Amino acid sequence: MPTYDETAVGTELPGQEFAIRRLDLVRYAGASGDFNVIHWNERIARSVGLPDVIAHGTLTIATAARLVTEWAGDPGAIESYEVRFSRPVVVPDDDLGTSIVVAGRVAEKLDGGRVRIDLSATAAGGDVLTGARAIVRLPQQLR
Amino acid sequence: MPVNRAHVGRAMRSTAPIEITRGDIRRFATAIGDKNPLYLDAEVARAQGYRDVLAPPTFLITAAASTGPGLLSDPELGLNFGLVVHGQQGFTLHRPVCAGDVLESETRIDDVRDAGRHELIRLITEFTTEGTPVATLTNTIVSRGTAAEAT
Repeated sequence: MPTYDETAVGTELPGQEFAIRRLDLVRYAGASGDFNVIHWNERIARSVGLPDVIAHGTLTIATAARLVTEWAGDPGAIESYEVRFSRPVVVPDDDLGTSIVVAGRVAEKLDGGRVRIDLSATAAGGDVLTGARAIVRLPQQLR
Repeated sequence: MPVNRAHVGRAMRSTAPIEITRGDIRRFATAIGDKNPLYLDAEVARAQGYRDVLAPPTFLITAAASTGPGLLSDPELGLNFGLVVHGQQGFTLHRPVCAGDVLESETRIDDVRDAGRHELIRLITEFTTEGTPVATLTNTIVSRGTAAEAT
């Protein structure tokens, strides 16, 4: 687990790539209770002007948050987390699906042993989130 | 047609206790592909000082669905769901959410404003347990092309 004292502004979090396939959307629909048809029905997704089925925005943000929880070690250390959606994550009907590439860096050290992490998430080469940031409490130093 | 701004400030409370279970947390963690033992194993969670398995940071989104849609589906609000996209989502966690928690929630329409041709509708959901704040979720949805100037 990183400590507040050792963490410098500009520190990069280890980047990760997360695969998102149709099966993941179905599983997330069941777990979250969000059965909006644009997340599993291609016919309806296209009828409302989308290129194909798209991932739940909340699955994208849960996925991006993993970069922070895995870096911090303790997911309970996340105090706040906010994102804006810039474009949908299109998930084609094949065995590969798409992938969300997440990067993050320490943008600011705050009082109370907290740091601000700024995140970026891209799919198919385009940003899917903007202004994504998390405030995380870190231990002051290793005990 | 623009959204009815007389609805700003309207609120809805959860009608039944929101019971957070180990199964719900396990199902959600599995769905986001996260195998962190703090989400799955109560012994590991307790050893780290939690009451029971911990919920992932965005877990309460599943419970926000209990009050938000009711406010938005009121025909007098005049929202066309076909024009709606998710614009923003925020979470502030005042304390960890664990299995065994029993929460109440209240969602209110906090603000409606124009953004170019679109309207932004901000919902705020407060989760509490016996009056103690647990988490605050903000959710801004975009109603495309419905701003007064655009119609």
